[in-house]
Amino acid sequence: MTAVDTLVLAVDPLLSGDLDPGIVGIVLLKVMVAFTLLLVSVMLMIWFERKLVADMHNRIGPAVAGPFGILQTLADGIKLFFKEDLIPDRSDRVVFKLAPYLSLVPAFLVFAIVPIGGDFSSGDGVVTWFGERTYLQVADPPVGVLFFLALSSIAVYGVMLAGWSSGSKYPLLGSVRASAQMISYEAALGLAIATVFLTSGSLSTHDIVASQVTGNWNVLTTGVVPFLVFLVAGTAELNRPPFDLVEAEQELVGGFHTEYSSLRFALFFLAEFMNVITMSAIAVTLFLGGPAGPILTDTLGWVWPVVWFGLKVFAFLFCFVWLRATLPRLRYDQLMDLGWKVLIPVALGWFLLIGAMGVADDRGWPVVLVVLVGMAVMAGGAALLIGAVSKARAERLADAFPEYDDSPTPGGLL
Amino acid sequence: MDATVFLISAAIVLVGALGVLVARNPVHAALFLVQTLFGVAVLFVLQDATFLAAVQVIVYAGAVVILFLFVIMLLGVDRAEDLGVEPIVGQRPLAAVIGASLLGLLLTLLLVATDGPTGALGQTAPLGDGADNTRRLGEALFTDYVFAVELTALLLTVAVVGAVVLARTVKGALQPLPVVVVATAEELPGTTEERFGVDSDTEIDTAFPESIEGGDA
Repeated sequence: MTAVDTLVLAVDPLLSGDLDPGIVGIVLLKVMVAFTLLLVSVMLMIWFERKLVADMHNRIGPAVAGPFGILQTLADGIKLFFKEDLIPDRSDRVVFKLAPYLSLVPAFLVFAIVPIGGDFSSGDGVVTWFGERTYLQVADPPVGVLFFLALSSIAVYGVMLAGWSSGSKYPLLGSVRASAQMISYEAALGLAIATVFLTSGSLSTHDIVASQVTGNWNVLTTGVVPFLVFLVAGTAELNRPPFDLVEAEQELVGGFHTEYSSLRFALFFLAEFMNVITMSAIAVTLFLGGPAGPILTDTLGWVWPVVWFGLKVFAFLFCFVWLRATLPRLRYDQLMDLGWKVLIPVALGWFLLIGAMGVADDRGWPVVLVVLVGMAVMAGGAALLIGAVSKARAERLADAFPEYDDSPTPGGLL
Repeated sequence: MDATVFLISAAIVLVGALGVLVARNPVHAALFLVQTLFGVAVLFVLQDATFLAAVQVIVYAGAVVILFLFVIMLLGVDRAEDLGVEPIVGQRPLAAVIGASLLGLLLTLLLVATDGPTGALGQTAPLGDGADNTRRLGEALFTDYVFAVELTALLLTVAVVGAVVLARTVKGALQPLPVVVVATAEELPGTTEERFGVDSDTEIDTAFPESIEGGDA
């Protein structure tokens, strides 16, 4: 028995037979393409964000380097590369050097599981390259989306250790904020994703896309709510505005990477923008059918799924920039309230409801009745939660301002 | 290739475990622990237990060790500890004895027992392919072992509630009132300055006893 038989990392038809140099070459090519694609799109994304925010602010934005300033990111990158690399005296040198890579490597790896093309409507997402049939994704592990969650929990280490190892106050505060935020919102993110597992019946990204092929995108089959929870939790997970308390300039200088300069700072910056792109790609994969879309021409038919995928991801990227340009930053308590008291209960309740509908479907119970009972139970739970939260809040307020109001009405101060 | 992957990840696991023991800085020790957990996750993948591998990383590396780090950073013990002091007398010899006996027990079980350490025969063929792994685990957990799962969930809930109760600050009538509110300055022995560290002719506002603690009344 060869090792490839036992190491079932992918059910990609490319890897189902024996390994030969050609197959290794194709895998390497895929890795190279994904790597380059991600780097180039980060470059364009930074330019796009600056240009779009400038437009929304009624400014010009980068305009000097290259046509429309499109080479600005390259110029910035070269500048950062040649700057002096400082390591603070009080820092923990090993961890200080390690932290940027703990941010960067997960950001790269997540993109490996995203199917960026392949004809899912008639060909099961398989494309033929050099006579070999394969998926248009670097890897399709059977636990696909869990791999994404695992890597996003590793990314927390990069932020946390960067702040701690700097040996300085503001980075430490920023990193404690960041890791608390990322851990809190990971729960809501995971619950929203779990709803997708229920409707798609698989953890693998390829199977999730394949299950949405007929136009029944998960955004509709899961009933929109998990999609919205995913978007909010995802934005918080990325530390993007309006959840960018991590880098609140007025309070924390630059956040966890205050002490970083030169190339190490560039690595954090790169990881941040790569995460924005991969988060958009994961959202498209999970909820919007990934590369699914009509094949408009017979020749070069494999191009169309890639185009649809690119357009969907671009829509998300536009929204992320739009959020940054328009929304003010949340306060820290608002952030925690939103995560723990709104998103997690909503995602959990919706997950249970979808689960109950699945069971009702299996057992032949009347679905309408199950949904009504489920709604009633959830309404009861929500009433309990809101009651408890508003009572606690009223007591806190009465405690802080005894002269303000001695008998707050329950729920009246929420 | 199986053997190569096993040897590399076993080396990673062992180096990490040693690092946890040897590292003088608690944060470094926690990072070595993460390395060990990662190595174990790779070993899980090698056994086709991909779900366990992912959960190992998400739960242990992503949550448990992060919480360790939080506590280490918040308590401010992130410096090299002075290991010369033994907090509990006789702790170290006792730990050495217990560790040695555990190691002996494990080795005896592994080397002597014929049916494997658990008493059950080892599986010689895979239970299912990698894709099947998650479904099999789910079925086992929620059919055969459903009571164990539910009891564990209950235990965790109790732990959470207990933590909240312990961490909760008691407000209102249950809070012990400061004595100074009920006693006037004349009734107490000594001057006001001796008792409170404030000037004797400072008027004490009995409605807001906190202002005395602040010393700026």
